[in-house]
Order: sequence, then structure tokens, then C-alpha cells
Amino acid sequence: MSSVPASAFLALALILFCIGLYGALTKKNTVIVLISIELMLNAVNINLVTFSKYGLSPSITGQIFALFAICVAAAEAAVGLAILISLYRSKKTVNIDDMDTMKN
Amino acid sequence: MMENAWLIPLFPLLSFLILLLFGKRLKEASAYVGILFTLASLIYSILVLFERFSEPTYSTKFEWLTIGDLHLTAGFEVNQLNALMLFIVSLVSFLVHTYSKGYMHGDERFPVFYAYLGLFTFAMLGLVISPNLLQTYIFWELVGVGSFLLIGFYYYKEEAKAAAKKAFIMTRIGDVGLFIGMILLFWQTKSFEYSEIFKAVDAGAVSSTMITLTAILIFIGAVGKSGQFPLHTWLPDAMEGPTPVSALIHAATMVAAGVYLVAALFPLFAASKTALLTIAVIGAVTAIFAASIGLVQTDIKRVLAYSTVSQLGYMMLALGSAGYVAGVFHLMTHAFFKALLFLAAGSVIHAVHTQNIEEMGGLWKKLKLTGPLFLIGTLAISGVPLLSGFFSKDEILIAAWEGGHPILFLLALIAAFMTAFYMFRLFFMVFTGKMRGNQKDVHESPNNMTYPMILLGILAVIAGYVNTPWFGSFLGDWLVDGNPALGHGHMEGPIWIMIAATAVSLAGIYLAYLMYGKRTIARNWLSGTGDTLHTILLNKYYVDEFYQMTIVAATRAISYLARFIDVFIVEGLVKGVVGIVQGLGKTGSKMQSGQVQTYGAVAFIGLALLAVIFALTGGYLR
Repeated sequence: MSSVPASAFLALALILFCIGLYGALTKKNTVIVLISIELMLNAVNINLVTFSKYGLSPSITGQIFALFAICVAAAEAAVGLAILISLYRSKKTVNIDDMDTMKN
Repeated sequence: MMENAWLIPLFPLLSFLILLLFGKRLKEASAYVGILFTLASLIYSILVLFERFSEPTYSTKFEWLTIGDLHLTAGFEVNQLNALMLFIVSLVSFLVHTYSKGYMHGDERFPVFYAYLGLFTFAMLGLVISPNLLQTYIFWELVGVGSFLLIGFYYYKEEAKAAAKKAFIMTRIGDVGLFIGMILLFWQTKSFEYSEIFKAVDAGAVSSTMITLTAILIFIGAVGKSGQFPLHTWLPDAMEGPTPVSALIHAATMVAAGVYLVAALFPLFAASKTALLTIAVIGAVTAIFAASIGLVQTDIKRVLAYSTVSQLGYMMLALGSAGYVAGVFHLMTHAFFKALLFLAAGSVIHAVHTQNIEEMGGLWKKLKLTGPLFLIGTLAISGVPLLSGFFSKDEILIAAWEGGHPILFLLALIAAFMTAFYMFRLFFMVFTGKMRGNQKDVHESPNNMTYPMILLGILAVIAGYVNTPWFGSFLGDWLVDGNPALGHGHMEGPIWIMIAATAVSLAGIYLAYLMYGKRTIARNWLSGTGDTLHTILLNKYYVDEFYQMTIVAATRAISYLARFIDVFIVEGLVKGVVGIVQGLGKTGSKMQSGQVQTYGAVAFIGLALLAVIFALTGGYLR
């Protein structure tokens, strides 16, 4: 374990975050956008756990925080999917470009 | 008594205010309000007049505005001229108020009419007791407003609206001259007060070119208000107003305001020979010009209107020949007999419902009171001996002759012949011969219309005797008392002037009798050359058409230019600013696409930018 430098974990988190960001900003399907948001949240969790082991003052705080983040992510995913289903019922589409009632 | 002379204009003002507030409820009773208040003014004016016979001039003023070095005062003055004018104005106004109760009976805007009459009377009375030019100007304009409202009383008629506008605008043109003259005088003498101005002019503090210039400018104001040539065309058109209005405004008061102004500022005018000559020339030219037009008019009120213009020309001729007493005397007698003539004409119109004299005739038998009264007025204006007009016209002719203006004297004499002729033409065509129009229901006017006429008739006969060469010139001596700049109380003239004037008047009457009474001379005995002359006179020398082509067209061109600037340049600028703002807004609103992913991208880029700046500045964002 100690032969893998901390920066590798951070780099992994970064790459995952960027992939999630890219998906959230460019994908047309709302379900994919929600999945990408989940990906971003998980990348953040990896970051938190890395700093709890390799940080300046390692402690268990990072891992506890990661547990909280997973919990919140789950709740938020539930709410997001509920909104998505409600939008689908009214608009009959999950194309995010069609959700433009706030236009102008 | 004289200390409270400021109350005299206030009574009609009260009448105006009360009728504004309660007129709708009072309806025909508003006549009583108006009559009562003008009667109060009249009684007080008579008391003031009698007091002024014995007491010296009373004047008072109070501080009105002080701006740095500039002190403006307001107040009033009761000198001989003012006291006389107060009496004349309040008397004619009271009589017109009484007459209107009968004439305007049944009109649905009856209280409004009396309210306007009250406003006008207030303005005119205020004008004649003003001791300084600024106050005079304020009341002068107010008189113009009153005249506008009264001429345009029948506002649903296009001609009345146009006539009211024409009157106001033409007198306004004159007022520009008055205003400029007033300001120039103030600049030279540092005061608007008449007494201060006269002192400065006497002391030679004002250069003679300035005196002439200001005098002529102020006279231009009088030209506008008194309907002298060339600003006379509004007066005949102003006959669109009700006849009592014509009697009050265009016979006795408003048009006399111009003559009053020249008389009140007489010491200023007397200091400049050029100004006096200008006044005399314009007066004489107007007198004969208007008289010639009056020869052929067929509307009874228009003939009287042109005769007013002509008689005002006489007054100006008198004042311009340094005949102060003659001018003021004629103002007084003219007020009486012209008001009488207009009221009598109104009575005739009330009886036959037409103003065209070619549709009248033979009314002498039917209108037993109006006929003789109209005759008295006609005799007075024609200068028949023993009536008031004879004495005042004689004074004017003497003044013109003694003032050294033989040509103007001749013009005035010819105008006197024409006056007698056209007035008696009017009389014969209306009252004698056979009825040419329709005969229905011709009856005499009610008492409230005839009593004022009777009073004016009496005055038209006896008013001349206050200033005669036979019984003593009481009026003349009283008017110039204490004021040497005003000239002599009585001018001595050669006796042949009186004889010539009488001969000329009787000749005019005889010619009118031959042409329109006995009809021994045909009406078109001057046909041939007479025809073109007739057309020119009938069309008032085409002055109106000339003004339409030149001044009205020029004003219209200027107004088109102004409208162009307003619509394209001023509004263009405003629209441009609006356009820029709207354009910016449209560009901005394109960023609100409603696309969530766009918003997310913008938010993330902003955050990244902030983080970069944070890192670069070492953690301190300034």
C-alpha cells in the first residue's frame, strides 16, 4: 500500500471528477447527467479517503465524512430521479435540451 | 375713499369667482350676482371720481419683489385719467351686465358668460389704476385672455374659434412690442413706475433715440390692442362673439386700453417728435382706411366694428398731435355712443334674427325704442352739432390742425364725411324703407335691454357738454391740472374748422339719405370704376389675404421646420438611446437559454477562473 504515492489516488479522483463534469455538462439524456453527478460525488469521496490516510494530519475524519457524502448522494439521487419521473410525465421526454421553460 | 380704490377691480373678481363655484346652481340668477357686483364697482367709481375732482392724486405702492438691486413694487394710483376710466369702464360694464340678462336669456352657458364678463371687468379695472408698466402688462394680458374667452364664447362655431385665436394672436404680436419697450425703459431708467420714468425722461437721463424707440415699441402694443392699421384685422372678425361682448370689449373698454396706454404714458411720447408723428399718421391712416371699408359692408356688426377702428384712429390722431384732452374726451364720448350703437344693434338682431342689413328695413315703426336710440347714436358718431360726438370730434380736428398736420387734418375730415355716410347708410337700410327679409315676430326688446340703451342715449347727448368751447372746458382743465407735460386744457382753433366739420357731416348724411333713404341716386352710380373699388373695399383691401400669403405662410414654414427637428432629431436621439438599451438587453437575454447544461458550464468556468486568480495572487483576492 505505501508504495502507491498519494498523488496517484488524487489523480484518479481528478480524472473521475472531470469525466463526471464532462458528462453533466454535455450529455443529452437526463439520466446520464444524473449518473455523471453521482460519478463526481464518488470522485470527491476518493479524495476525502486519500487525505484521511495521506493527509497532513491523518485521522478517521475523512472516512466518516465520506460516509456522510455517500448518504447524501443517495438521498439526492432519489430526489433527482423523482423529479426526472415527474418531468417525464409532463414533457414525455428526458432530453435535457427540452427543459427550457426558464428561457429568456 | 380713494385709499380703497383697489376694491373697485375686486368686486368683479368676486363675481367671477362666485360664478365659477356656484354658477351651475345659480343659472339665470347669476345675472344678479354679476349686476350687483358691477353696480358696487360703479357706485364706488362715481364716488372716487367726485372725490378726485377736489382731492389731489392718490397713489400708493408696496414692495413686491426684491432681487438684489432690483426693487419691484405694486400698487395703484388714482389720477384724473384713471378716475375717469374707472367710471367709464364700470358704467359700460354694469350696463352690459344688465343688457345681457335679456340678450343671453335661455343660453345654457349663461353663468359662464357672466363669469367671463366679471373676469374681463376685473382685468380692465385693474389695468386703469396700475401705476407701473409691469402691473399694466399683467392686466393687459389678462384683458386679452378675457377677450379671447368672450369672443370664442360660441366655441362650437368654427368661425368663433378662429376669431378668438386671431384676436389673441394679433394682440400678442403687439404685446411683443410693448414688452420690449417696457424692458428697454426699465434698462434705461431702472424702474417700471410711471412717475419715475417721467422724471428720468424730463431730466434728460434717457437719450432721445431711446425715447423714440421705446415710445414706438410701446405704441406697437397699443396698435395691436386698439386695432390700428396694420394689426386691425382681428376686430371685425371678433364680431363672432355675442353682441354685449362687442359692446363692452370692442367699443368701450379693451380697445380703449391702447388709447389709455398712450395717454397714461403721454409725457414719454411728448418727449419725442418722431413718436408723436408716427402715432398721428397711423391714427389718421387707420381712420380713413377703416371708414372706407365700412362704406360697403353688409353685416350690421361689421360696419360698427370698422367704425370702431376708425374712431380709435381718430383718438390716436389726437394724441399724436399732442391733443391729450381731445383724445381722452373722444375716448369717453365714443365709449358711450359706440356702446349704445352696439347694444341697439343687438336689439335689432334680437328682433329680426339676422345680421345682414340687406335683409332688414322698415324697422322704425316696429322697434319704437331701439330706432330713436340708434338714431341718437348715429347722430353722435357723425358729429352732428349739439351731440357729444360733435364736440369731441371738433377737438380732434382742432388738435390736428394746430399740431401742424394739414394733410392728416384733411384725411380726418374726409373720414368724417365717410363716417356720417356709412352710419346713416346703416340707419336708412335698417330702419326705413320696406322690410326686405322675413316678417315674422319682430318685437321690441325687453326692459332689461332697453334701459341700458336709454341711459347710454342720454349720456351720448349730454356727455359732450363737459368740454365745449361755449360753456367751458371743464373736462380739459381738470384732466391736465397739475401736469404741464399734458398740454393745454383747451385748444383754441379757428372757427372754420367747426363749420367745415359740421358741413362735412351734414353732406355725408344728405348723400346717404339720397342713396338709401329717398333712393333718388342709384346705389351703383359709380359703376364702372366704382365696381373694382367696391370689390376692393368689400374685400377689406385684401389685407387678410395678404397676411395669409405672407405671414401665415412664413409661420407655417417655420413650424414645419420646428416639427421636423422635433420628430427627427430630438425624437431620433431619444429613440436611439432606447434602441441601444434594447439591443444590449437582447444580447444579454440570449444568454438565458433555459438550458441547464449551459448554466452549469458557465458556473464551473467562473469557479475555475476564481481558483486560478486565487492561486496566482497567493491566496489574497483584492
